[in-house]
Amino acid sequence: MTHSHQKREEQREEQREEQPHEQRQEREQPAAADTANSRRGFLTKALAVMCGGLATLVPVAAGVWAFLDPLRRGSAAATFIPVADLAAVPDDGVPRQYPVVTDRVDAWTGFAAEPVGAVYLRREQGSREVQALSATCPHAGCFVEMESTGRCFRCPCHNSSFTLDGGIVNPSPSPRRMDSLECRVGDNGTVAVKWQKFRAGVAAKEVQG
Amino acid sequence: MSRDGRRTPAPAARPGVVGRLADFLDDRTGYRAVVHEALYERVPGGARWRYVWGSTLVFAFMTQVITGLFLWASYSAGAQTAWESVYYIQHEMAGGWLLRGIHHFMAQAMVVLLALHLLQVVIDGAYKAPREVNFWLGLILMLLVLGMALTGYLLPWDQKGYWATIVATNLAGIVPFVGPSIQQLVIGGPEYGHHTLTRFFALHAGFLPVTLVLFLVVHLTLFRKHGLHAKQPLTRPDAMFWPDQVLKDAVAMLAVMAVVLGVILMPALRAMLAGEAVVPGELGAELGAPADPSLPYAAARPEWYFLFLFQFLKVFEGWGATGEFFGAIVVPGLIMAGMFLMPIIGNWRLGHRFNVAFTLAILAGVGLLTALALNEDYAAVWVNTTALAEAERLSEQTGGDAAKLIAAVGGDRGKAAAIEKQWKTLERVRHSQAFLDAVKQAKADAARAIELAGRPERIPPGGMLELVRSDAKSQGPRLFAQHCASCHAHVDPLAEDAAAVIATSSAANLFGFGSADWMRGLLDPAEVAGPAYFGTTAHREGDMVNFVQNDLTDAATWPKVHIDAVVAAMAAEAGQPVPQESASLVEKGRELVAASDRCGGCHAFRDNGTELGSAPELTGWGGREWLVGIIADPTHPRFYGDTNDRMPSFGKAKEGGIAPLSSTQIRLVADWLRGEWYRPTGH
Ligand code: FES
Repeated sequence: MTHSHQKREEQREEQREEQPHEQRQEREQPAAADTANSRRGFLTKALAVMCGGLATLVPVAAGVWAFLDPLRRGSAAATFIPVADLAAVPDDGVPRQYPVVTDRVDAWTGFAAEPVGAVYLRREQGSREVQALSATCPHAGCFVEMESTGRCFRCPCHNSSFTLDGGIVNPSPSPRRMDSLECRVGDNGTVAVKWQKFRAGVAAKEVQG
Repeated sequence: MSRDGRRTPAPAARPGVVGRLADFLDDRTGYRAVVHEALYERVPGGARWRYVWGSTLVFAFMTQVITGLFLWASYSAGAQTAWESVYYIQHEMAGGWLLRGIHHFMAQAMVVLLALHLLQVVIDGAYKAPREVNFWLGLILMLLVLGMALTGYLLPWDQKGYWATIVATNLAGIVPFVGPSIQQLVIGGPEYGHHTLTRFFALHAGFLPVTLVLFLVVHLTLFRKHGLHAKQPLTRPDAMFWPDQVLKDAVAMLAVMAVVLGVILMPALRAMLAGEAVVPGELGAELGAPADPSLPYAAARPEWYFLFLFQFLKVFEGWGATGEFFGAIVVPGLIMAGMFLMPIIGNWRLGHRFNVAFTLAILAGVGLLTALALNEDYAAVWVNTTALAEAERLSEQTGGDAAKLIAAVGGDRGKAAAIEKQWKTLERVRHSQAFLDAVKQAKADAARAIELAGRPERIPPGGMLELVRSDAKSQGPRLFAQHCASCHAHVDPLAEDAAAVIATSSAANLFGFGSADWMRGLLDPAEVAGPAYFGTTAHREGDMVNFVQNDLTDAATWPKVHIDAVVAAMAAEAGQPVPQESASLVEKGRELVAASDRCGGCHAFRDNGTELGSAPELTGWGGREWLVGIIADPTHPRFYGDTNDRMPSFGKAKEGGIAPLSSTQIRLVADWLRGEWYRPTGH
């Protein structure tokens, strides 16, 4: 205990002795009538609130500061991830699902070659061009699957339906068509997609994170 | 205790030790006055059952605090530990299933009690002056409870919690301007993971309940300040809170607890009555398969009391982004705002009636949406599809084209319209069936994950997902469906629809590949050129078919016992156990397979000297290494060489490219085909 602290403690002790609870209340009234005293009283109050507030603010601020940390963390820069060999993508215009496997970091854990999601690849007959669609529903993020009939895509959550090239089938709750991903076919026939997430539930396709 | 503890004068007789201790405590703390204050509240018109709802809610919350704290003592929030620790609580810890079951079902009871409490307050007009602030506090408490329900759903980190949270947080993200930041803050970064769990857990067990307690204290204080809002007319004399109303409250609490326990224990009772064994881990709250962002989860649904919100999003079909914003943010926000305004609206002449109607309308809407959601999901259970057979046939015939349909029914527009209506029903049934299948698959995945978690080797440090992903039993069928099933069938020939499935396949039926039965079929002249073997491949007119149909039928060179011997030898090659008594048969078979005037003429086998390239090598046929080899590259001289039909080389990558299947995946397919996976002992 510091010296001044000790002194304050003693003073308080004295006050308590000479001023039982009820008496203290009575004495405040005449004191308030005195303007000089009232100014001092206001200062005391303001100071008390400020000191108390400031002291409490420190832990709150420290907490909030750390809590806001995720805001400065963007997604890792989008890279092209090889997902298939061109020969393995049938050229019948029907999309097939391919897993996206890449290194992933989750806060302090690093994963090597981990499945992180899926894309649909589609190729027209004889074409070397591949269309890539993200399997993440633009409505609210569920995993879009192919209908059992093979005629269209359908999201199992709120029934958004999409044509085989990702166009929206109306009426669907989804605000936009399925998100297409940039797709490159290398000279050696490797199909790579630019793995990105887009903000769900809005009409425009905005990159997330 | 006397009715009036405060004014009880110190008895003339010397009090006992307990009495003196109580006096001492009261002198120093004044506890008697507090207890008196708490218990001796006047209940106008006497105790009534209709006053119990608030108390049952406090009780439900206390139950959640108690069970929650004990669950906390065993729970570990982390992407590789959350599922694992919940599994341990549910399936291994003594009484864990009961603890978790109570927490899970009391949360649901709490939502029901909240609705009842709210309904009663509104109908009784207990929100009016001077109780407005307390009504608002009640609404805030309700939102806090719902927030705890929402955050709690994620904590087991299973598929259903994971996908429900994705939807919920994405919806938070559509709030203009701040939405994306809020979303990123609650999920703790750009991706779902450790920090989603730590944050949800902190909200669920820290921020929200602490806030709730603060509001609850004020709520109860104000409740006491205003006194109980008695329902008029008062027919009986006033009574004291203690013990009359307390008794009713306590009975109600017990009833709530009994219902919760009943829900948990009902399946046990049913099993016992059916004479089945009761597995404690299967009682109480479900635990799904571990969360996997790369695995579709078509059974994704929120907890039943949020189903109406889920269904509400479908109402805005075709409205685009505006619809979603309306359904997820605006309308729920307006409804909440309307509820907050009730005390003010209640001051108007018809205000109270309006409020009651408004509340009933909301509840009716919630009920209707929930019913619609359930009807959509379970339609396949109750819609009779036999009456729709014609519509189904026409759908296949016309490909769902309306113009073709009119032609198909001979221009009868009325009939075409009726059929089109039936198509709608068929579609509903198909979607419902897809959902039910997904639920079934989810249950199977969950059961398998739990079975694997119970292995004697336990869960690896990489977590349960790692284990599930390397499990042939769960991954095999998926990989096969994706990569092999477009040509190969995999169906038990004895199954009901086997013939149809096999007939449409364009390569051998691989069910039981490596078994004696499979080999016997191959060597059967009636089958070898059938669709289950080479019938639909380029080998239909190949040497093997020719050999089986022409040479093997010659009983002089190939007596039945020789064929039996070859079958036994090949099954042994695939690693099937050889019974003691067949050892010599297998030995004989090996000689026949190796002999250059029998199988060895084309097939290399052990060291029979036949060169690779003319037919698949039979050494280790059907074994793991052999299967992995042929899946990876059937064009290798060890297998079909340049006579390979259409089978891709799944393990071969071009220079710098990637193979269709990784070596791990090929191994999983091979193990699954061979039926090689972990099986718990004692099953
Ligand atoms: S998440 Fe796909 S329709 Fe809602």
